[in-house]
Amino acid sequence: MLTGLAVEKLGACFGQKQVLNGISMTIGPNLVTAIIGPSGCGKSTLIRCLNRLHETVPGARQSGRVLLDGQDISQMDPVQVRRTIGMVFQKPNPFPSMSIYDNVAAGLRLNGVRKRHRLDEYVEKSLRMGALWEEVADRLDKPGISLSGGQQQRLCIARAIAIEPKVLLMDEPCSALDPVSTGKIEELIQELKKALTIVIVTHNMQQAARVSDYTGFLLLGELIEFDETPKLFTNPRDKRTEDYITGRFG
Amino acid sequence: MTFDRYRRRKRVNVLVSALAFLCAAITIIPLLMILGHLLAQGAKAVNLDFFTQLPKPVGEVGGGMANAIVGTLILIGLACLVGLPIGIIGGIYLAEFGNNKTGWLVRFMSDVLNGTPSIVIGIFAYTVVVLPMKRFSALAGGFALGIIMIPTVIRATEELVKLVPTSVREAGLALGIPQWRVILRIVVPSAKAGIVTGVLLAVARIGGETAPLLFTAFGNQFWQRRLDQPIASLPVQIFTYAISPFEDWHRQAWAGALVLVAMILITSVLTRVVTKGQDRSMR
Ligand SMILES: Nc1ncnc2c1ncn2[C@@H]1O[C@H](COP(=O)(O)OP(=O)(O)OP(=O)(O)O)[C@@H](O)[C@H]1O
Ligand SMILES: [Mg+2]
Repeated sequence: MLTGLAVEKLGACFGQKQVLNGISMTIGPNLVTAIIGPSGCGKSTLIRCLNRLHETVPGARQSGRVLLDGQDISQMDPVQVRRTIGMVFQKPNPFPSMSIYDNVAAGLRLNGVRKRHRLDEYVEKSLRMGALWEEVADRLDKPGISLSGGQQQRLCIARAIAIEPKVLLMDEPCSALDPVSTGKIEELIQELKKALTIVIVTHNMQQAARVSDYTGFLLLGELIEFDETPKLFTNPRDKRTEDYITGRFG
Repeated sequence: MTFDRYRRRKRVNVLVSALAFLCAAITIIPLLMILGHLLAQGAKAVNLDFFTQLPKPVGEVGGGMANAIVGTLILIGLACLVGLPIGIIGGIYLAEFGNNKTGWLVRFMSDVLNGTPSIVIGIFAYTVVVLPMKRFSALAGGFALGIIMIPTVIRATEELVKLVPTSVREAGLALGIPQWRVILRIVVPSAKAGIVTGVLLAVARIGGETAPLLFTAFGNQFWQRRLDQPIASLPVQIFTYAISPFEDWHRQAWAGALVLVAMILITSVLTRVVTKGQDRSMR
């Protein structure tokens, strides 16, 4: 089944501080949607509202609705929402107490996969997709945090895709990666797109242009423009979008 | 001018370093003196008999404190049965859900308990365990020591669970893992080394407690067979022997003191080893 998201008049704040305001957008199934915008404009907050992580921050509030295939996620079990909507964080956050293997297997075990050979299969497959397998195949039992920053990020990507979510939220997944790994992750995104819906936050305009079908430009908590990627990059409607993508600001 | 300032800074640096060194020395000297004296007095009294023999009746020379050594271990075990579940669960609760009135209250109570003299806790154990059972027992002693452990364990657990970064909790939640499971399977294991340290420190602390045992576990010159009967322990045995008029008992009291301190020292070293092995997991 194809799974899409709809965001309706989404607002978010931390205490008194309004961070997002009246965001409405449709995240089409099996498409890659990129979110761009200057640092601090609310990109992370936006995607954290999509899997209900925003509400776990003390003092954080939210208004408006997020619909997952027409169903309001605030009415669903958060555990179910997050199993369906996976996430890769801006900063790598492997589980400190677990080995590389267990990091990837953590989500699977929870979903009832117990048989060792099945776990092995999934772990290898996910690590291969995360472009990490070759580097760690011979030390799967080493702690996840013994990897380099970029390797940790790929480990987190593997961990997120191992449970086969229907939607994947990626918060600047490539910011700590070299061009080669970045290329591999972009290939992965194209591959994953066949089976799932992706939202990617990125600071890299070329990346957004390369991988995404739709792009949203966020500025100071408002969605300035949301359009098909080629259109947004070649023919932006808003002056501010144009200034941003041509590098004249921000 | 810049060169002058640099020299000045260097001189201040040397001075402050020297001062810090002096302070360190002053703190260590009493400890070394105690250890030295203990070693001098205890070493000549410790022998194989001390670890294998029961105490001899008054007047007979020789014998050992085998039963007291085992007794102390049993009492610590019982104390852990009482103190660890309450302390660890309480600590986890405070770290994860303690930002409210209940949390404040628990923290406050735990601090009060921490400041309560151990003899008062002994009296409490006497009232709720010894009196109803109508006899001194290992159970009563373990109960008293367990209560003494609780605040230390609670605080250590809370502090260390809190140190686990939010991003790790979020990673677990984002995988669709229920919160209780994230806490038990991901957050607590990440803080394991620290929690073990806290537990070992608490064990080291109760290992030397004497006052609350005097009227709970009482003491025993023989092997204890049952937990609902009085049990010997090193601190109480040392106390009894030290205030006795017999030369040979004084000798054995020194030996007991040395063995007790050695046991506590080993626990502390163990603490260090555990922390070291898992240091990097906290980063
Ligand atoms: N936990 C928090 N408490 C209070 N304010 C926060 C919190 N997290 C984020 N903010 C604020 O919300 C705003 C948006 O933050 P957000 O992390 O969404 O930005 P971003 O677009 O992802 O930036 P970047 O590109 O640097 O990652 C910022 O002004 C930030 O200061
Ligand atoms: Mg961000």
